[in-house]
Amino acid sequence: MARDETAQPGRAPGNQAGRGSLRESLRDLPRHVLAPLPLAPLQPVLRRVVEHVAASHRELFGRLGPHAGKKFLIDPTNLPFVLVLQPDSIQPQLVARRRQPVPLHDAKITGSFGVLFAMIDGRLDGDALFFSRDLMITGDTEAVVALRNALDDLDENVVDSLAAAFGPLSAPARLAASMLRSLTAEDRHDR
Amino acid sequence: MTAEKLTRPELVCPAGTPASLRTAVDAGADAVYCGFQNATNARNFPGLNFTPAELQAAIAYAHDRGAKVLLAVNTFPPAGQTDLWKEAIDIGAGFGIDAIIVADIGVADYAARRHPGQRLHLSVQAGAASPEAIGFYCREFGVKRVVLPRMLTVAEISGLHQQIPCEIEAFVFGNIGMMAEGRCSLTNYATGLSTNMDGVCSPASQVQYEEDAERNLTTRLGGFVVDRFACGESAGYPTICKGRYHVVGRTGAYHAFEEPVSLNLSALLPDLMRAGVTALKIEGRQRSRAYVRNVVAAFRKAVDAVLAGRDPEIASLLALTEGHRETQGAFQGKTWR
Repeated sequence: MARDETAQPGRAPGNQAGRGSLRESLRDLPRHVLAPLPLAPLQPVLRRVVEHVAASHRELFGRLGPHAGKKFLIDPTNLPFVLVLQPDSIQPQLVARRRQPVPLHDAKITGSFGVLFAMIDGRLDGDALFFSRDLMITGDTEAVVALRNALDDLDENVVDSLAAAFGPLSAPARLAASMLRSLTAEDRHDR
Repeated sequence: MTAEKLTRPELVCPAGTPASLRTAVDAGADAVYCGFQNATNARNFPGLNFTPAELQAAIAYAHDRGAKVLLAVNTFPPAGQTDLWKEAIDIGAGFGIDAIIVADIGVADYAARRHPGQRLHLSVQAGAASPEAIGFYCREFGVKRVVLPRMLTVAEISGLHQQIPCEIEAFVFGNIGMMAEGRCSLTNYATGLSTNMDGVCSPASQVQYEEDAERNLTTRLGGFVVDRFACGESAGYPTICKGRYHVVGRTGAYHAFEEPVSLNLSALLPDLMRAGVTALKIEGRQRSRAYVRNVVAAFRKAVDAVLAGRDPEIASLLALTEGHRETQGAFQGKTWR
């Protein structure tokens, strides 16, 4: 085939040697700074998030099909915890766990928090993140593909919708979402 | 660029989900193609595609905004199992779909006889590239448009345009695979499932990724190692045709079939339009809304620029491409390996 490639062959933009080590250190800062904090206050927030999505987007379970009951280990590499998602249509669960011991799971999705957030927010493409090695999946690939497609069918405003689900706290939740978008956009440019 | 009168081509965009379809329409697609959640289309991936009810709603959304919806029923039914394909044709026609994209002659025949007013397009999966082959589909089934295999130069497309009685649709962006389209059996060999009959290239159920402590990535399909990517090296799809292998007469792993590159013909848009291409197709029903939004918007802007007599400036889409490399493939000239 024609060889009119326009980029350095074989190098992922996000992983060029010697680039952005200070930024990477800053990006990983939350993993260390937040490590001493307990996870307990996070659990009701996560429960509210997953229950809101499950209640307001029932079509999601049709797309998940037989994978709805599976356990997805989501590893935001720059945070001091992992998330275990079980998108069950009746009793959905999203809980935070420490990395060790490794929670039981069928599939694992790994990436920085910014990358994962931007993907859920419909701003970044999962395949492109895989090509650039910013996203890694192991275990049950079919389940991850089903989850990715199911989540991608949620409307663009899913994060805003989540923020609205926090009732009287929706205004600060929206502000937090907006700040996260800005922060993760920085992360995105960093890649 | 001097202003010249060019016919406005249809920008045909992919949608794997209803949200992607809305995104494509909102980003400027003239037409969106999609498929049902089964083996009747060539992107039969888990969690992807449309239920009949979703398709009906999607057609209404698109039509309200002046866009068309094309239904891909472009796989080949196994012998004696045509009911699913016939049902897909009936549902699409019943919803008032703007066109059905077919590949199999039995499916084409059923659609033409059962729904004589239904517009039919010939899928790239049919692999029809000669005037004789295309003419056959037009004559026998009333096909109104052919999606050309990605194996012709622009000059050849122009020549073909003079000899066929239907419109031409050409891919301009996205994944590019084996050149004998609709005839690839590599997935079948590795997994027992057929790209052309089951509608899935490299089924996710048989894909495994493994990263070691040094972040070297190994990809497997059906037990075969397809590639190994060093830490920091761009990864590609886990498809047999894009893998690296040890080949007799070569040292080290080698892309024995194809290299992981993506098609991007943005620079050739004026040439394609002059060659008689009626519709410009973007590949990627398996991709996300983010991909659809960025690629469709970029090509909308580029096509509009060409029509206004300006150079087609297109935003960089390199980050979205497989292997982070782009090619004009056979369209610019055939530099075969």
